[in-house]
Amino acid sequence: MNPFARNDTGALGRWWWTVDRWTLAALAALLAIGTLLTLAASPAVAARIGLDSLYFVRRQIMYLPLAITVLVGVSLLPAREIRRVAAITFLFGLILMALTPVFGHEIKGAKRWLALGPFSIQPSEFVKPAFAVVAAWMFAAGSAQAAIPGRLISTGLFLVVLALLARQPDFGMVVVVSAVWFTQFFLAGLSLVWVVALGLCGAGGIVVAYLTMPHVASRIDRFLDPASGDTFQVSTALEAFASGRWFGRGPGEGSVKSIIPDAHADFVFAVAAEEFGLFACLALVALFGFVVLRGFWRLLRETDLFVLLATAGLLTQFGLQAFVNMASTLSLMPTKGMTLPFISYGGSSLLALAFAMGMVLGLMRRRPLHAGRS
Amino acid sequence: MTAVPSDVMQDARVELQGTTKGALEAGKNRLLVVGALFALAFSAIALRTAEVMVLKPGQPRAHGAQMAGAPPNRGEIRDRNGELLATSLATASVYADPSLIRDPDAAARKIAQVLPELNEAELRAKLASDKRFVWIDRNLTPRQQYAVNRLGIPGLAFEREARRVYPQGSLVAHVVGFAGVDNRGLAGIERFFDQSLIAGEAPIALSLDIRVQHAMHEELSAAVQSFNAIGAVGMVMDVRTGELLALVSLPDFDPNHPGSAPPESRFNRATLGTYEMGSTFKIFTVAGALDAGTTTMKGGYDATHPIKIGRFSIEDYHAKKRFLTTPEIFVHSSNIGAAKMALDMGVSAHRAFLESLGFTAPARIELPEIGAPLWPRAWREVNTMTIAFGHGMAVSPLQIVTATAAMVNGGVLNTPTLLRRETLEENAPRVISPQTSAEMRKLMRMVVEQGTGKSADVPGYRVGGKTGTAEKNGVGGYKKKALLSSFIGVFPIDEPRYAIAVMIDEPKGNKETYGYATGGWVAAPVVGRIVRRVGPLLGVEPVEDPAPEQKQKKGMVVTANTGARPRMGAAAPTLAGMDAAAPPLRITAPLGIAPPPGISAPTGISTPTGISTLAAY
Repeated sequence: MNPFARNDTGALGRWWWTVDRWTLAALAALLAIGTLLTLAASPAVAARIGLDSLYFVRRQIMYLPLAITVLVGVSLLPAREIRRVAAITFLFGLILMALTPVFGHEIKGAKRWLALGPFSIQPSEFVKPAFAVVAAWMFAAGSAQAAIPGRLISTGLFLVVLALLARQPDFGMVVVVSAVWFTQFFLAGLSLVWVVALGLCGAGGIVVAYLTMPHVASRIDRFLDPASGDTFQVSTALEAFASGRWFGRGPGEGSVKSIIPDAHADFVFAVAAEEFGLFACLALVALFGFVVLRGFWRLLRETDLFVLLATAGLLTQFGLQAFVNMASTLSLMPTKGMTLPFISYGGSSLLALAFAMGMVLGLMRRRPLHAGRS
Repeated sequence: MTAVPSDVMQDARVELQGTTKGALEAGKNRLLVVGALFALAFSAIALRTAEVMVLKPGQPRAHGAQMAGAPPNRGEIRDRNGELLATSLATASVYADPSLIRDPDAAARKIAQVLPELNEAELRAKLASDKRFVWIDRNLTPRQQYAVNRLGIPGLAFEREARRVYPQGSLVAHVVGFAGVDNRGLAGIERFFDQSLIAGEAPIALSLDIRVQHAMHEELSAAVQSFNAIGAVGMVMDVRTGELLALVSLPDFDPNHPGSAPPESRFNRATLGTYEMGSTFKIFTVAGALDAGTTTMKGGYDATHPIKIGRFSIEDYHAKKRFLTTPEIFVHSSNIGAAKMALDMGVSAHRAFLESLGFTAPARIELPEIGAPLWPRAWREVNTMTIAFGHGMAVSPLQIVTATAAMVNGGVLNTPTLLRRETLEENAPRVISPQTSAEMRKLMRMVVEQGTGKSADVPGYRVGGKTGTAEKNGVGGYKKKALLSSFIGVFPIDEPRYAIAVMIDEPKGNKETYGYATGGWVAAPVVGRIVRRVGPLLGVEPVEDPAPEQKQKKGMVVTANTGARPRMGAAAPTLAGMDAAAPPLRITAPLGIAPPPGISAPTGISTPTGISTLAAY
C-alpha cells in the first residue's frame, strides 16, 4: 500500500507523506468514474454524429495521462511556486482570451476555443483557477501589508476577466468566476454591507443578462415555464433518472445517451443515473461533497491566509461547477452548459481541472511549520 | 497552534501579524458558513436525485416534448371470446449510414444473403450512396435481426418500431380497419377508438364472434364467386342486444397491407353504402300498417290492377289480379298491395314510422365509415307508395338488419353495436307492439315455409325472413340486369335470437339457379347455409319441426332431384302464391320496359297440401 518509506526524502516520497491522501483518493476515484462514464456515454453520441464510436473514448484516454501528470506535477510544487505558476498561467490565459475572438473557432455560437495542433483548448478554463489563486494572493497581500491595495487590484483583475468572458460570450463562466471571486472576497473579510451590495450587483447582473442575452433569457423562461419552449433535454434526462431506479439498467443499457446531444458532457449525470442507479449517483454526489468539505475542514487548521483563500476559492469553483451541472440535469435550475468536474467528457476542461486540483493538493500539503510562510 | 508561527516571527512584523491573524480567524469563521452552504447544496442534490429516481419517478418537473424513439404500445382488439384481431409487435428496423460502410459490395452481398427478399443491386446502390441514412428493411423478425446483427457490418443499426399486426387478415378487415405506419388508426375500429388504443388501455372487446364471422365470410365469398357478383354484404345480429356477431363486406382487403388494396376494396358496403333495398322493405310497410291498425292479418287489398300515377305504373310482376290478404301481400311480395297498405296508413304516419326506425338519419355504430340515407325531402303520395316496396329510399344494410331485429324481438329498437354488450340497452325505444312483432314473426316464417325464402330454411332452426331484389339505379333509370339481391333471415323464429342479412351486389344467374339472380335464388340459400353452420355454435337448440314442414322439405328434395325447371304462374290456385313471391318489384315506365326475369322459388311444391302428396311419394 505504501509505495514510499517513511524516511524517503526524495521529492515524491516527501509528497506522498505530506499530501492529503484522502482527497487524492477521491480525485482518483472521480477520474476513474469519469473514464468509465465516457466509455458508457460517448459511443452513442459519437455514433449519432457520425464519428467512430470510440472516438471520444480514445481522446479522453489520451488526455488522461496528461491530466494525471499535471495533477501530480502541480501538487509537487510548494505554495510559492504554485502562486507563480498561477500568475503566469493567468497572464498567458488573459492574452489568449483576448485573442480568441480573432483566432478562435466558433462552436455552437460562441468563440471560446483556440486550435493548438490536434488539440483545441479553451483558455478561459485555465484562467478560471489561475485567477482564483491570483485573487487570493492579492487579498492576502493586502491584508498583510497595508501598503498594497490588494482588494483594488483584485477587483480590477476581476473586471478585466469579466469583460473578456462577456465578449465570447460565456455566461456560465461569468457566473462561476464571479461567485468564486465573491466567496474569496467574503472570506477575506469583506464587510457585510458590501456583501449585501455585491450580492445585489450579482442579482442585477443576472437580470441584465436575462434582458440582453436572448439565449440566457430563453433558458430561464423554459425553466420557469416548461410549456414555453423546448425542454427536450431536461425532460428526457428526468425520464432517464426515473428509469434508473435503485440499481440502474446496467452498463450500456441506457437509452438517454442516444437521444440527448450532450449526453457525454453536460448530461453525463443522467447517463450515470440510468445505467448505474441511485446508489452510484449518491456515491458520486458524496465524492464531490467529500472533496469540498474535507478541504474546508483542513483549511480550518491553516495558518496562511493566502493558502486559505486560494484553496477555498479553488474548492468553491470545483464544488459550484459540480452543483450547477447536477442541479440543472435534475431540473432544479435552468440548464447551464457546465461540465461535471472530472466526469464530463472534455480534454480542455479535464486538464484545467487537473491543474486546479493539483494546486489544491499542493497548497493543502502539510508543511513544516517554519516553511509555511510565503 | 496558529499562534506558534507568529511567535517566532520577526518583531518588525508583529503588528501586521496581528491583523493577518485576525483576518485568518475571521476567514475561518466565514469558511464555516460557506462549508455549511455547500453541505446544504449537496444534500439537496442527493435528495432531488432520490426523488426523481425512486421516490417520485416519472413526474418530471419540466415536461414538454415527447420522448422520441420509444415505440407506442397501441392497445389490442379482440373478439367477444378473446380471439386476437389486432395487436402491436415490437420489431426492429435496420438502417445504414453509408458513410461508414467500407465495402458496399461485400455488405450488400452479405445482407442479401440473410434478407433474401431484398434486391442486392438496389442494396449496393443504397449503401454506396453519399446519404447519411438509408433504410435497409423495416420490421424484421427477431431471427432476421439476429442474422443481420451477426454479419457484424459496421454502419448498420437498428431502430425499435412497433408494427400493427392483424392475425385474422382480411376476415375482419372492414370492422377492425387498420392503422398506418405511424400507428394512427386510419379506418374502422382502429380509427374510431384511436385515442383509447393509443393510450394502450385494456383490449377492446368487440361483439364479433370470429367463428360466425368466418362462416359468413366463407359463404359470402362462395356466393360472390358462383354468381360472379361485384360484391356482397353479410351481417349477423343478436336481435335482443343489437350486437353484431359478424359483419362482412366484400370485396375486402388485407389490413396488414392496406396500401396494396384498390379503393373499392376498402369500401364498407354494410355501413357506408346505402341502397334501395327492394322487397325487404315490405317488412316495415306491413309492420307499420299492422301496428297502426290500418290493416289486420285478415284484411287485404285489391291487387287486380296496376296503380297508375302520372308516368309511372306500379305492377306486381306476377300479378294475381285479385284481392290479396295481408299475408299474401307479404308472402307474394305484392307491390300493389304494399303501396295501397302504406297509402292507407297515411303518408305522414308511414314516414314517421320509418323515421322511428332510424331510416332518415345515419346509423350510429362504432365505425367512422357511415353512410347517410337518401330519402325524398318532398315526401308525397308517390314516394310513400314506392318506398312501401323498397324504392325511393336508400339506407345502409346495417340499418335494415337493425330495424328487422326490432320487428321480431318484441318491438324494441336497439342501437347496433360492434362492442360486446354486457347488459341489455336501457331506454331502447319501442317501435311496434309485442303483438305486431308476433305477427311479423308469423309472416316471416310463412315466407320461408311457403314463399320465396324456402332455400333459407334449415330443419329444426325455424328460419323466418324476407327476400328482396332491387334493380340498381344507374344512368338513365333502373337497370334491369344490375340487381341487388338480398335476404334477411331470423332464427329461431318463435323466440328470435339472431338476424342474418345477406345482400349480393349484381349477381349473375348461373346454371344451378336457371339463370335467376334474385334474392330467393342467390341470397336465401346463403342464409340457410350460415344458419346450418352457426346455429350449433351459438347454442341454439334445434326443435322438432311440425309435420308440414318436414313434408315440405322432402318435397324440395324431390324437386331438386327431378331437376324441374321452375315455372312461373302455375295455374293451380293453391300454388299460385308461390310463383308470385318473386322479388322483382318494379316501377315500370309506361313504355313497358320488359320486366326482369321473374324469380321464383322451386316450383309449385310449396303449398303444404300439395306437397304433402308429392312428398309422400
